[in-house]
Amino acid sequence: MSASKKTPLHDVHVELDATLVDFAGYAMPLRYAGETVEHRAVRTSAGLFDLSHMGEIFLSGPQAGAALDHALVGEISALAVGRARYTMICNPAGGVLDDLIVYRLADETFMVVANAANAATVLAELLDRAAGFDTVVTDRSAEYALIALQGPRAQEILAGFTDAPLADLRYYAIMDGVVAGADALLARTGYTGEDGFELFVSAGDAVPLWRALAGVEGVTPAGLSARDTLRLEAGMPLYGNELTTETTPYEAGLGRVVKLGKPGDFVGKEALTALSRTPPGRTLVGLVARGRRAPRQGYAVVTSDGTPCGAVTSGAPSPTLGTPIAMAYLDAGHSGELAVDVRGRQEPVDVVALPFYKRS
Amino acid sequence: MSVPEQLQYSEEHEWVAGLADGAGDVVTVGITAHAADALGEIVYLELNKGEGERVEAGEPCGEIESTKSVSDLFSPVSGEITAINPAAIEQPKVINDDPYGEGWIFKVRVEGEPGDLLDAEAYTRLTDESA
Repeated sequence: MSASKKTPLHDVHVELDATLVDFAGYAMPLRYAGETVEHRAVRTSAGLFDLSHMGEIFLSGPQAGAALDHALVGEISALAVGRARYTMICNPAGGVLDDLIVYRLADETFMVVANAANAATVLAELLDRAAGFDTVVTDRSAEYALIALQGPRAQEILAGFTDAPLADLRYYAIMDGVVAGADALLARTGYTGEDGFELFVSAGDAVPLWRALAGVEGVTPAGLSARDTLRLEAGMPLYGNELTTETTPYEAGLGRVVKLGKPGDFVGKEALTALSRTPPGRTLVGLVARGRRAPRQGYAVVTSDGTPCGAVTSGAPSPTLGTPIAMAYLDAGHSGELAVDVRGRQEPVDVVALPFYKRS
Repeated sequence: MSVPEQLQYSEEHEWVAGLADGAGDVVTVGITAHAADALGEIVYLELNKGEGERVEAGEPCGEIESTKSVSDLFSPVSGEITAINPAAIEQPKVINDDPYGEGWIFKVRVEGEPGDLLDAEAYTRLTDESA
């Protein structure tokens, strides 16, 4: 743990007696009071997350949008100022290097938010891929803290700390504002399946902002453990589990983010075009266990006669559903009764449509 | 993390209460607060031995599943199971809430010599090293 990098909120986590784990090189809170309480708080009220480990990479200049069109699978130049898009960066073979959210902050300024574990790869690729374009790529990850307030009460609670017109801020949109006295980028994005906000602030403003929000009744600090079950219920992929360099956007059911028809060439276009023409050999599905045992990452999915036909990528007991849920890659052509091999025992599962949970 | 003085401990993070003479003692077994905290919230507990069946010291005798992981449960002593805590099976979170009390897991009538168990001080050292 001593070798792990610390986020600007490290002392707050220690003060809250969080269980800290190394995650992508950072000492991050796994849980505070308990993951189920934290999970439920996000579903019913509001949870507060430190996401300062995520990477913030800026592209600016006249060809910033064109450079991102070339570097990523989405049509980023078509994004309106103040809007955000979920997208991916692929390798030339069509494998996923990372999934990203790109925000257009101004006509010639974009912010790419990368997963912490991939931030260095994404930065290196963006520098390389943007080389021929009139744009400057800057890693500003260390300057920013990222605090997420997620849950049905998020807007009402945040409104107590800002004059920014939150009600006008749409899902997947971003604006400037002052929150609890700190200059912030306020984005209506998240990774929990709930309404909520992600607040990008200067690292030095993180602690007072956290304390202000955490001081509100109904706001519960929430760790990575709750974040993982929240995103799993919402059917959202996690890089390293559902997405890797060995998976394609089509297998992950995310072919819609690949804009093959956008003008110009982009990295992975040829391979992704070919992949788009044939059904993938395996697809990401949702599983609900009939019993109490949770399928876990790496467990085999098997047919009724025990033949392996897939692999679990994420699984956990679902606090909201009360049953174990999982996502798994299932080989094409399998239907009928399926089970997951849970430590040598076949536990029956049902294939269900994702997401497992949708907010009302 | 609390490590009660009067208990004995295994390296697999089980505790044993009531061990005095060895053979013939009926001891109570559970997992330590350190183990419960490391696992996270426990959602499922299964023993693969029932009352009247024999467990062997250091051998797996069940599974503990938490929100984050699955682990084997080991018996810290050899002998016959005389009781299994129904509360821990039905509401396994009781193990997190009260690992040394209401969250006990099973009782064993000890046969033969108990294995190598640690006192509170040695167990504290063990967990400090792994922390």
